[in-house]
Formats: sequence, C-alpha cells, structure tokens
Amino acid sequence: MSALLEAHDLAKAYGGVHAVRGVSLDVSPSEIVALIGPNGAGKSTCFNMLNGQIRPDAGTVRLDGRDITGWLPREVWRLGVGRTFQVAATFASMSVIENVQMALLSHAGRASRLWGLATRADRDRAEALLALVGMARQAERPSAELAYGDLKRLELAMALANNPRLLLMDEPTAGMSPRDRVELMALTAEIAREKNLGVLFTEHDMDVVFRHADRILVLSRGQLIAEGRPDEVRTNPEVQAIYLGEGLTYHSGVGS
Amino acid sequence: MQLFVVQLLSGLASAASLFLVASGLSLIFGVTRIVNFAHGAFFMLGAYLTFTLTDRFGGPLGFWGGMALAAVLVGLLGGLFEILLLRRIYRAPELFQLLATFGATLIVQDLVLLIWGPEDLLAPRAPGLSGAIDVLGKRVPSYDIFLILLGPLVLALLWLILHRTRWGMLVRAATQDRDMVAALGVNQKWLFTGVFALGTFLAGLGGALQAPREAVDHTMDLRVIVEIFVVVVIGGLGSIEGAFVAAILVSLLNAFGILILPKISLVLVFLLMAVVLVVRPRGLFGRREGAARMSGGAIMSVWKPLDRDGRIVASAVVVAAALAPLALGPYGLAVATEIAIFVLFAASLHLLVSVGGLPSFGHAAFLGLGSYGAALAVKMLGLPMAPALVAGPLLAALGAAVIGWFAVRLSGVYAAMLTLAFAQILWSIAFQWAPVTGGDNGLLGIWPASWAASAAHLYWLTLALVILAIGALRMIIFSPFGYALRAARDSDLRSEAIGVNRRDVQWRAFVIAGAGAGLAGALFAFLKGSVFPDTMGVSTSIDGLVMVLLGGVETVSGPIVGASVYKLLSIWLVSHTDYSKLVLGLVIIGLVLLFPKGIVGSFPLLHPRRVAPREKAAA
Repeated sequence: MSALLEAHDLAKAYGGVHAVRGVSLDVSPSEIVALIGPNGAGKSTCFNMLNGQIRPDAGTVRLDGRDITGWLPREVWRLGVGRTFQVAATFASMSVIENVQMALLSHAGRASRLWGLATRADRDRAEALLALVGMARQAERPSAELAYGDLKRLELAMALANNPRLLLMDEPTAGMSPRDRVELMALTAEIAREKNLGVLFTEHDMDVVFRHADRILVLSRGQLIAEGRPDEVRTNPEVQAIYLGEGLTYHSGVGS
Repeated sequence: MQLFVVQLLSGLASAASLFLVASGLSLIFGVTRIVNFAHGAFFMLGAYLTFTLTDRFGGPLGFWGGMALAAVLVGLLGGLFEILLLRRIYRAPELFQLLATFGATLIVQDLVLLIWGPEDLLAPRAPGLSGAIDVLGKRVPSYDIFLILLGPLVLALLWLILHRTRWGMLVRAATQDRDMVAALGVNQKWLFTGVFALGTFLAGLGGALQAPREAVDHTMDLRVIVEIFVVVVIGGLGSIEGAFVAAILVSLLNAFGILILPKISLVLVFLLMAVVLVVRPRGLFGRREGAARMSGGAIMSVWKPLDRDGRIVASAVVVAAALAPLALGPYGLAVATEIAIFVLFAASLHLLVSVGGLPSFGHAAFLGLGSYGAALAVKMLGLPMAPALVAGPLLAALGAAVIGWFAVRLSGVYAAMLTLAFAQILWSIAFQWAPVTGGDNGLLGIWPASWAASAAHLYWLTLALVILAIGALRMIIFSPFGYALRAARDSDLRSEAIGVNRRDVQWRAFVIAGAGAGLAGALFAFLKGSVFPDTMGVSTSIDGLVMVLLGGVETVSGPIVGASVYKLLSIWLVSHTDYSKLVLGLVIIGLVLLFPKGIVGSFPLLHPRRVAPREKAAA
C-alpha cells in the first residue's frame, strides 16, 4: 500500500469520555481528504494525535510506513509534515516575512545559530512562499496587525516552509469570511496538486468540503461512520441521519 | 525526645502565623492572579500596629482588641491599596504587577522607619497566656499552644466562608473562571477588593499574632515574603489547604533543620520547594490555573537592528563614555564603572525577560555567582585578575545551566518563584558556608591587577568588556537563535510545529544570560574589592527587573538606558535623602501606572526604525 499517512485504530479517552475510538484512516500523496463530523465528534483530538500534539492511548500512526506514534510535533515536522491550527498561531512580535524566515531557518537546522542576521536568512525563499499564498505585498508588515484571513495565509506559508509532503490543517477556514474561505481552500488545493502534497483537513463549512475534498471521512462520537467520495458521502443515509440530521451544516451550495 | 517535642511544638506555633499570611496570599492570587509582593509589608504593618495599639489601650481587652483592630486596619489598608493601585493594572503583564507591589513594599519600609524608628520593638506578652506549661518536663510557652490551636481554627473558618457563604461561592467561582463570573453579572470590582482586603487582613493578623512572640523590626517583611512564597508555591498557588500543609512542612523543616543539619538549615526549605516543583510543577494541592485572563503582556512591536542614525548615536555614546575619565574624579569614575556593570546585568536579564519571556526573580544569583567565582579564583586558587574574570562568568553559566534546566520546565509564576528560590539557596550557601565564602563578612581584598588598579583603568577595562558583552547580546537577539527564542515566547504551539525545541532554546538563553550577569558580577567584585552575600539578595534581583522595565520591556536598548537612569537615580537618592526607598517605591509605581512602556518605549525618537514599518504600511 502506498499511503503517505496511515493511522490504525487510534483511541483516546479523557477520564471516562472516549473522545476517539478505534479510528483508522489514510491519506495518499496528492490526495485531499476532509475529516468532518459534528461538534465533539473527536476531529481535533484525532488530528492532534496524528502530528504528536496528543499521545494516543492506543493505535499507531505511520508516515511513509514509518511508525511515528508518540513522536513529538517537532519530530513529526522534521519528516515533512506541515501543520496549521484552528486558531492561527504565528509569532506576533515578528514581521510577516520574519515569521516565514523563522520556519525556514528551523527547517535548515540553523535556528540555534548565535550569529548572523536572521532577517537576511533565506529572504528569496521566504518571499517566494509569501508570493505563493498571495502575501508578497504584506511581507514587511508586523504580523500582529494582519487581518485574520491574512494570518491564516501566513500560517499556510509557514506550514509549507519545510517542503512538506503532508499538510494537516485543523479547520483552515474557521473564523474567516465566506469569500476568504473559498479563496484559501482553492489556493491550498492548487498548491497541493502542484507540489504533489497530501492534505488532511477538518472543516465545518460543507461548501468548502464538498468543493475541494477528493475523499471525505465522517466522524461521529469518536468513530468513523462513513468514508468515500463526496457524492457517496452526501447520499449515505447513515451520515444524513447522524450528521446532516443534526442540522449542524450549511446547505451545500455546490456549483453556485 | 524532650527536645524533639519542644521543637515540634515551636515549629507548629510558627506554622500558624505563616499559614495565616500564606493563605491570604494564596487567596489573593487565586482570584486576582496577582502575586502580591507587598504581602510581607502588610504582615509587618500588622505587627507594628499591634505594638502601638496594645501599648495604647493596655489590659487584656486592650491587648486582644488592639490585635484585632490592627488586623482590621491592615485589611482596610489593603482594600484601599487594591482600589487605588491594583485595579489599574489587572490586565498588565505579571512582571508589572509584581513590580508595583514591590514598590509598595519599599514605601512601607521607609514609612515604618519614619513612624516607628529603626529599633526593634517588643510588644507586650499576651495577657493570660504569658506563662508556660510543662510538656514532658520542658516548658512550652502557653501562647505557642494557643497559636497551634488557632491555625486549624482559622483554616476551618476560611473553609466555612469559602464553602458555606454566597460570597465564598463567588470567590471559588472566580478562582476557576473570572470571565465567566463577570459574564454572569457579578460585580468583579468589589469581589476583588473584598478578596484583597480579606487576604491582607489575614496577613495583618499573622503579623499581629507574631508580635508578642518575637521582636518587631523593619526587615521582617522581606524575610516573611520569601518564606510565604515558598509556602504557597509548595502548597500550590490558590489553595488554602495547600498553604496549611505547606506552612506546617516548612515550619517543621525550619525547626528541625537547625537541630539536625545546622550548617545547611537555611537551604533545606528551598530544596524542599525545588523538589516539590520538579515532582509536582503546580505545588502539592495546586490545580491547573483557570482560564487565563486576556494577556496584555504580548510584545507586538517588530524589532530591527540599528540603522545608520542609530549606529551614529550608539557610537557617540560609546565615545562619550570612553572620554568620561577626562571629566570625572575617582568617585565619579567609581559610579560610572558601577553603572556600566549594572547596564550589563540589566541587559543579560533583558535577554531572559524581554526576548525570552521568562520572568526571572533570581537574576542576582548569577551576578553573585560571578562575584564569588572571581573572588574565590583570587582567594583560593591565587589566580590573577584576568583568569578570575573568566572564572566568574563560568561559574555563573554553570549555575544558570542548573537553574535554567528546572525553570524552563515550569510555567509563568512558578518559574519565577523557582528562580527566586534558587537565588535564595545560593544566598544561604554564601551566608552559611563561612569557611569558603566568609559568610556574612564576605570575602575582602579582591583588588584589580596593577595594570587595572587606577580608577580610570578599571573603568576603561569595565567599559570595554561591557560594550563587547552588550554587542554580543545584541548580535544574539538578532541572530537566528534570538528569533527562535522570541518564537518560543510568542507561540509555543507554532514554534513546536516548526521544529523549535522550546525548552532547549530557553535553557541556552539562561546559560547565556547567566554568563553575562556573571561577567558583571566578576567586574563588580574587583570594583568593590569585596563580595558579600547580599549581592545575591532579592532586592538586587528586583533592581534588575526595575531597570529593564524602566528602560522599556518591549525595546532592545531599554536595559542600557534603564540601568543607567536607575543606578544614577538610586545613588543620587541615597546621598540626598534618608528616604530613598520611599522615593524609589513611588517612582516604580508611577512608572508602572504612567509609563508602562518605559523610557525608550515612550519616546519613539530614541528608536526611529521601530515605527518605520507601520508608516510604510500606511503610505
């Protein structure tokens, strides 16, 4: 099997609450997979186990066949996994380009160097990454004053700094305006296809999910209840009952 | 066996007063998230007021009434303090709150001197409890027995207030989630004031109860504050039960430490604290802190290296400083040398506090290690000045490696308290290990080599080393490492996700900052020709923080300006007024309230490049 990411039988409990129970999933290179489910279904827990934010109680995570269960996020990152967060996490005291330069420096293994100006390091590549996400003109602005949508773009640029093979995006469009959402996901999809990246993302906006995902995984009460192409999932009666039936979704306006 | 019982009872009696004060501090922290440094000052006021009031009224009723009145007065003062000062800084970074309350401590110290004078005062014995009772053939003061019984009684009362009254329920709710309590329509302002008044009342009561037991003096505030910090950290900040258990632990350790290990008795308590923090990072009874308040501490300005104008200004300052010996006499040069040394001390602390976001309350430890390292190299190893100037920073870096290893594993207030505890451990070692460190008498005769003996030569040497060290620190701030350090401070989540090992980066910062402060300390030893334990005292650590704050926490050049101004100001104050602490305290509070950005931060002219990006964005 040529899966890029393979999770097998992941489980996590908090006290008596089983947040995730026996979830298995996989992502292939250049495939965009969406992980959806109602609030509290265990999406974020699942997600955080994949890149080492949370240590699973049971199960394994493999990247390119290598067991990375229980590895630290920074170790997983070294293997070529980029990560964005539900609430954008960037370095508020730095300018936009410095944020990207920091990620590049760390990728090059030069983050503990005591000499040389960090602001001169890898400027070209940092600029190219910013251009890729459409942030070239904002390079010198303090990141603390960016609009939220731009902050998410910056996060994407940082997540791409280590030439990842896999992108993990936890609600990449949360908190954004509807227009920004569509744009950011279209951009991500474009980059993913261009660079042959696997992408796994969680999302509440069904518009975004059905438009860009190649495959959809549906999580409910910590378990996978369905999996398939968007049209399969849309017509799956179990999904409709458990997920769509809860009225937690927007009407899917595909094609509008 | 007799001795054992006597020590046990005496320890338990001390625990009662300690518990009262510590529970007040813990209560205040739980609700307001402020570590009230002034708590020791309220304790001291309670003791002094008890002395005056019991003296004034006389008789059993006057005694007990006076004691209660003293505690109530302290509580009222505390409430007033909260309304006038703390209300304005709840959203400020922790560092500012600690400094503001420390400023209040300084003010109270001088006011106490002003009102009651410098002599030790003895309050009257408690009427009806002035005798002693026989315990296994030994005489134990009956007042001690009274205190031993009082401790659990107060614990029970506090528990009842917190668990059986509506107000107590609000306090507990606020301890868990202040914002939710506010959202439910509770007037937080008065809740906070009430809690602060109750907390300071307990501190005052603790002081009042201590007054008939031992002499009242004007240094008891700092002694008790360090002890209660240890107690609340061991017990867990915000936990009353924890304060009770920890007060007993600490008091017993004090009582028996003197018997069993007299040579290291002072160190024992801090060792206990360090062990507890390593095993349980939030103390014995501590829980995860409730929802964090909105952070006002994030540093949002983008730092830039000096541009051409900045370099011209910096060169001019260096040239002017180098020419100082032409204008200054020996005294002036000694002052200038001391300023240069403290500029380096503040700059090294700035690397931790501002760049790394690591609140250190024990930075004086590294200054002291540098001093002792250099002094011992001269005294014990017979080394000349040059290698001694290397030995100092080396010892300090070693100390920083150990302290930093622990500190980067704790969060926020606990890390700050741990650095304070380690500094106190080192202070205790310097104080008690007389054969090596000279104890209280210090090490004398650490004079510079003949080539640096004149005031001008020593000044030039110091200036050159300080400029080199500050240049190195600046280089580090703008290097990839400096950026990684800021990255770890700005967002732990993101820095981990891009491969930055936060603990490792912060630990290295500790070592670098320790070495910088150590060099300052080594130079200080040669400037003074001597080393004393007080170099490592709490007040030196606080001085450093005030310097960084005064210059501007959010700036790169702040510590240089801040240390210069602060040192000049304090030297001038000491020679021109008897109440330098009073003025200094007012300055600190004024600074926190009016100039939270510090001198450099408040005047953008001093750093023109920092505003440039914003202008460009606006254009």
